[in-house]
Amino acid sequence: MNLERIDQIIDKHNAEPSSLIQVLLEIQSENHWLPRQALERVSQRLEVPYTRIQHIATFYKAFSLVPKGKHEINICMGTACHVRGAPRILDSIQDLTGIKPGETDLDLKFSLETVNCLGCCALGPVVEIDGKTHGNLAPGKTADVIKNYE
Amino acid sequence: MSQIQLQIDGKEIKAREGMTVLEAAREAGIYIPTLCHHEKLEPFGGCRLCLVEATVRNRTNLVVSCVYPVQENVVVRTRSEKVDRIRKTILELLLAHAPDSMVLQELAREYGAEPDRFEKESSFCIHCGLCVRYCAEVKGKHAIGFIDRGIRKEISFIPEIAAKECAACKECFPLCPTSYLQSVFVLTEALAASTQDL
Ligand code: SF4
Ligand code: FES
Repeated sequence: MNLERIDQIIDKHNAEPSSLIQVLLEIQSENHWLPRQALERVSQRLEVPYTRIQHIATFYKAFSLVPKGKHEINICMGTACHVRGAPRILDSIQDLTGIKPGETDLDLKFSLETVNCLGCCALGPVVEIDGKTHGNLAPGKTADVIKNYE
Repeated sequence: MSQIQLQIDGKEIKAREGMTVLEAAREAGIYIPTLCHHEKLEPFGGCRLCLVEATVRNRTNLVVSCVYPVQENVVVRTRSEKVDRIRKTILELLLAHAPDSMVLQELAREYGAEPDRFEKESSFCIHCGLCVRYCAEVKGKHAIGFIDRGIRKEISFIPEIAAKECAACKECFPLCPTSYLQSVFVLTEALAASTQDL
């Protein structure tokens, strides 16, 4: 992500210090992670100390300080999904992508995370990819879902 | 500024509006133990060690004296069985994190806290925030900050700022109740030196 784009996002918020989290969220969603140069730029332009930005960027799970894949897979491990077979879904996704929860593959294609409830237990087991929910999954169906994400 | 009349440990005290109970007590020479309070810094209320009993209109509550503003006719007790018991537990919990802290050990003697009550989990920093807040509020340098949250919360220097500012200052060092700050500083220096060699 280049600095011009980051400046555009900052300008959209009039470089308001109170928009810090919004600015970070937008960089995160476009770039999938928050590089140090981006944080430094935000610090400079919003006139917020770097320590504060670092604290916020490490506080919320929505932010990542390491590169993330193009597609973010969140697999629900909540109680309902768990009893409906989430561990086996997780296994099959690990096999397909070659990564474990918390990891990103070398081609920066996928990042995998486990989450503890996506709020739609009736659809369990549920996997969310790039914000889109895939419900009623079975280990045999995961490959069909994953192959749609290139 | 209007005067406020209150009572602390049976002593009638005059305070000014906007003061905290802790400030009023200190001004009157009454001691309340604190860990995260510093007179130059904004009230923080992180360690809860300074809690006292406050009675307003016959209702007694536990309040945190370093953030609790003085009120007309409030009756404060800085020590009671309940207050002492809570301080003892707080100290025991903190000692599990920083068993060798002299500040904590001394307070533990005062309150009969058992250093071994909880299993040791030496993380050393007790998150009092004195170093972080002093650097930000008094010095305006922001050379050190917190990262992460909950049990993974840690202090972290910003190496670029620390390299410029800290050598001549180090005013936060004596504030740290556990000496963890000093060791993190040394580590940051060593890390900076080793990456420079690369
Ligand atoms: S390093 Fe020391 S001064 Fe800083 S927050 Fe931790 S215990 Fe407090
Ligand atoms: S001194 Fe009051 S909470 Fe720490």
